[in-house]
Amino acid sequence: MSAPTFDLGYLHGGLRMPRRKDKSNKQPIAHVPVPQQLIIPITQHAGDPAHVVVGIGERVLKGQLIAESDGPISAPVHASSSGKVVAIEPWPVSRRLGGNAPCIVIECDGEDRAIELSEAITPFTSMDQETLFQKILQGGIVGLGGAVFPTAQKLMHASITPLEHLVLNGIECEPYITCDDMLMREQADEVLGGAQILMHALGVEHCFVAVESDKPEAIHAIADVMTELQDDRIAIKQIPTIYPSGAEDQTVQLVTNKEVPTGGLPTDVGCVVQNVGTSAAVYRWICRGEPLISRVTTVTGDGIAAPMNVFARIGTTVADIINFVGGYTENVHHLVIGGPMTGRSVTTDRVPLVKATNCILVMSDEEQFGNEQPCIRCGDCASVCPVQLLPQQLFWYACADDEEKLRSYGLMDCIECGCCDLVCPSHIPLTADFRMAKARMRELADEVARAERARLRYEFHTQRLDREQLLRAQQLEAQKQAAREGGSKAISDILERTSKKDDRDPGEE
Amino acid sequence: MEFARRDAPFIAPKANVASIMRQVLYALIPATIAYVWFFGTGLIFNMLIAVAFCIGGEASMMLARGKSIRVALGDFSAIVTAVILAFALPPLTPWWVTATAALFGIVVAKHLYGGLGFNIFNPAMAGYVVVLVAFPVHLNFWIAPRIGDLDYHYVTIFETLRYTLTGTLPDYLTIDAISRASPLDAVKSGLSTMHTFAEIHANPMMGDFGGRGWEWISNLIALGGIWLLLKKIIRWHIPLGVFAGLLVPSGLMYLIEAGNHASPGFYLFSGGTMLCAFFVATDPVSAATSPRGRFVYGVGIGFLIYAIRRWGSYADGVAFAVILMNMAVPAIDNLTRPRIVGHIRHEKTPGG
Repeated sequence: MSAPTFDLGYLHGGLRMPRRKDKSNKQPIAHVPVPQQLIIPITQHAGDPAHVVVGIGERVLKGQLIAESDGPISAPVHASSSGKVVAIEPWPVSRRLGGNAPCIVIECDGEDRAIELSEAITPFTSMDQETLFQKILQGGIVGLGGAVFPTAQKLMHASITPLEHLVLNGIECEPYITCDDMLMREQADEVLGGAQILMHALGVEHCFVAVESDKPEAIHAIADVMTELQDDRIAIKQIPTIYPSGAEDQTVQLVTNKEVPTGGLPTDVGCVVQNVGTSAAVYRWICRGEPLISRVTTVTGDGIAAPMNVFARIGTTVADIINFVGGYTENVHHLVIGGPMTGRSVTTDRVPLVKATNCILVMSDEEQFGNEQPCIRCGDCASVCPVQLLPQQLFWYACADDEEKLRSYGLMDCIECGCCDLVCPSHIPLTADFRMAKARMRELADEVARAERARLRYEFHTQRLDREQLLRAQQLEAQKQAAREGGSKAISDILERTSKKDDRDPGEE
Repeated sequence: MEFARRDAPFIAPKANVASIMRQVLYALIPATIAYVWFFGTGLIFNMLIAVAFCIGGEASMMLARGKSIRVALGDFSAIVTAVILAFALPPLTPWWVTATAALFGIVVAKHLYGGLGFNIFNPAMAGYVVVLVAFPVHLNFWIAPRIGDLDYHYVTIFETLRYTLTGTLPDYLTIDAISRASPLDAVKSGLSTMHTFAEIHANPMMGDFGGRGWEWISNLIALGGIWLLLKKIIRWHIPLGVFAGLLVPSGLMYLIEAGNHASPGFYLFSGGTMLCAFFVATDPVSAATSPRGRFVYGVGIGFLIYAIRRWGSYADGVAFAVILMNMAVPAIDNLTRPRIVGHIRHEKTPGG
């Protein structure tokens, strides 16, 4: 079956840049063996932390639930191999705020014994929507494209809106990263199998598999499986090789030619976007009973001796993974978890692989960053911005901390893709500045909310005081009234009391 | 193992301000050579003096503001200002005129407004306008191009240098002997004395379009500008806007009444049109910011050039046109904001 072609939507700006993908996609995905120790963070998803359900010293099996979903947006966590829980303690992780986060540390026994499934695998076609959502939730499945939003909750939310398309995102537009490319090449059957499950869960009758045009092997593999499946609901859509075509809203724009409204979601234009890795994870859980305990990740960069893709257990430390692929080169500068445009740099390789880790990138000092110079308003940033913002103006207002202007110039629409940074002749860290300005604005919004609460409390407090004062005044008035009515008797009583006092002998004391 | 921290992205930008400014300078090399061929070495002396005072002004202002001098001089922006200023001045200009323009441009128009990136006015044009008003005699002293009329006198390096340094010519040479009206002057005064454009243009000095010599300098400036366009140092919106703003009204007027109006071609290739379209109006700092805004800004400049040349009291109107449109930039920016993706249309902010 040949892939039907559709008209592509329009994407403003974007960057064509060195892809540097051929470093890591030349050999098959390798399997990292069970490490001695697994460090499994209890928060590997957007939303509320999972609730730990194992104790220190407890023996766990591969696939066993160790922390359960806790809250309206949350996902459970499973043990990625068998062994003993030796600690539940803070450990360095890669996250926006940096620092440490609570992790379950498992000393592996090396046997890698899997837990027996509590229920038999039933074909997904016999499950209704609600059962399927619950089932997906139990698998600990989160969006593997980077946002790690719990998949079940994303699907549940989507299922209440009218939907047209499921979009499987295999675009992978960021340089260096090839884990989705390799997954599609080697496990296209799982990817499309997952797509069928997701379509069934959502009740949509159409699925686009969006793949960037620079991945002919992946497109070929997907097309082959499509021929086998004979499922004409699924179509491949080739996306031009331009960064950031794989960002969720931009993908929707390219695939459907519809813009996701500001502050909205792809569901607002009838789309649900799922990463191809997520789709494969759904397939493995629903059809094989394997929860999300491992993933493909790209280990690459000039700081890596032999870049490649690996299949590793969640909780394996980056150090273990890098050792497995042959270690570092001489020239090592930054360790980045994620891609070179949106990833986060960490200071230690003791951080564990988590569900979000699509790439472990070790940069050499080949990239030379100049000093920041004044903005000359050349406007190159505006011409590459995929959201058609004016970064030069935003920068100006961010410096001035002008919240109103920042809002009206769309700071909150910034997707932090980093395109503007890359073309800036003045080497201004625009994206970092915008990230900071956004954080400040959110903080400010929090402050406003807090101030509002404080104001209400204060008003309540003053009202109460006023009421009490009024009450006291009334009582006083009543007493005065009583005193006036009591008249001379009261006065004579007082005089009597004081004269008695005067009679006392001072020596008594 | 431990690693250094940094914020994403981890790929370094390739462009830098200094290389942009250097390429702007390279783009003016052909025009410089042509200028020197037609009008002698005056341009070079003006450039040297302007560069010296621009750099001096920049360095002292950076020092006064407690900032790094090396960074400011390393970006070549002061040199670009100096070179553009030198192109705007007549070839024979006394050094103090050039110095006044350079210092005003750098010290007042650039640094008192906050330095590179913050100046509202184009520094070169601000400096030029000041000396145009302060030294009208010097600024209207144009000489004949090399292939001019019969009694053409070639001004030697020594004569040029002497005039530049002292403001006087040797005894054997009077100002009247070498001074000529510029083509723009000639057309302006000719039209005002009831000559038709055809009559004025019949003078061989007027060349094909913009005046002998002048039009060739314009051609080479345009060549440099096109090179900058191809190198993506500048974008097409402003130059095209300037041309449209100038050619549409001048073309219409010429069509309606060819005798009383100069041809659009004349306006395009004479005076500072090309320099303005490719090198002055395209100064990003003082220009509008969005592509649409830049086109509007260019149209405004083009139209004002035409209006001043045709109806104003100055022969050329480039500097005033640029300065006036510089003032309009905040309004243009506010009215030409692109629609943000995902928004129905942007909300206008009151007050600008």
